[in-house]
Amino acid sequence: MRKAFVPLLLITGAMFAYAPIMIAHADYEASMGIVSKILYFHAPSGMVMLLSAMVCGVASAIYLWKKSPAADRVAMASAELTALFGLIVIVTGPLWAKKAWGIWWDWEPRLTMSFVGWLISVSYLFVRKYAGPGSDKLGAALAVFGSVNVPFIYVSVNVWRTLHPKTTVVPTLPPGMRGPFWYSALTLFLFYLLLLTARIHLERQRATLDELYLAEEDRS
Amino acid sequence: MMRRALAALTFVLTLALTALPALAQQPPTAQGEFVPARDLPATESIPAATLLVAAYAFIWVAAIVYLFSIWRRLNKVEAEMHTLARKMSQR
Repeated sequence: MRKAFVPLLLITGAMFAYAPIMIAHADYEASMGIVSKILYFHAPSGMVMLLSAMVCGVASAIYLWKKSPAADRVAMASAELTALFGLIVIVTGPLWAKKAWGIWWDWEPRLTMSFVGWLISVSYLFVRKYAGPGSDKLGAALAVFGSVNVPFIYVSVNVWRTLHPKTTVVPTLPPGMRGPFWYSALTLFLFYLLLLTARIHLERQRATLDELYLAEEDRS
Repeated sequence: MMRRALAALTFVLTLALTALPALAQQPPTAQGEFVPARDLPATESIPAATLLVAAYAFIWVAAIVYLFSIWRRLNKVEAEMHTLARKMSQR
């Protein structure tokens, strides 16, 4: 993955730079107008947030089961990225909602569950930082619960009556919107991979530093 | 007499009911005067482009800040590793 990092960085950077041009030329949604273009990065950010929460949950389950430090590093990195992409979703969503619905926020199922999912990822980070010995297992259990929340967030718009558009919107996007949408989704997915790689590398270096300190203690 | 009144009522009702859809399809009456409003509906009060730009700018800022934070933390850890390795090699 280290060899792939620089090409990944260049590709993602180029795609990120071209995204505004792609979005500027994309179609508007008929009833919402220009503000509907928030779709092109709000929804992909939400998809990446859910993916990241699942990765965090699965890696945490592997850590609890096999005590693999590598899985713990992946979980730690994913939790931080879930919090980052969750923050993007939570900030860009109300900017869209204010124009489309006339309100910044509504405690309806999709919004509330997404907010809870984001809170779980933030609480994971707090647990890992401040809970002391055993925080790795406590955090891992929290992450597993966080990943269980993911399917509920996804189906919430189809099961309950919500203001939020249904999941059928994305597969049925017209050609003028479909291309820019999947372009943005791919860009954000590559960006997620890039950040995940960098963040895992940071955790690996921290583990090496801890080993060095232990070796130093043993010698002295 | 009663029969005539009933027939007349039926005629008027039929006329009214058949006229309703026709009336419904009429274009709205032209605006004769403008009514000033101080409070716009919430959906009209903020320019959409501002919200769009704000949302996009937030993503860029969040991405740059996060990348910078990873770079800073990585530099800090690696600097600490070099210091420790130098200290160990000096002994």
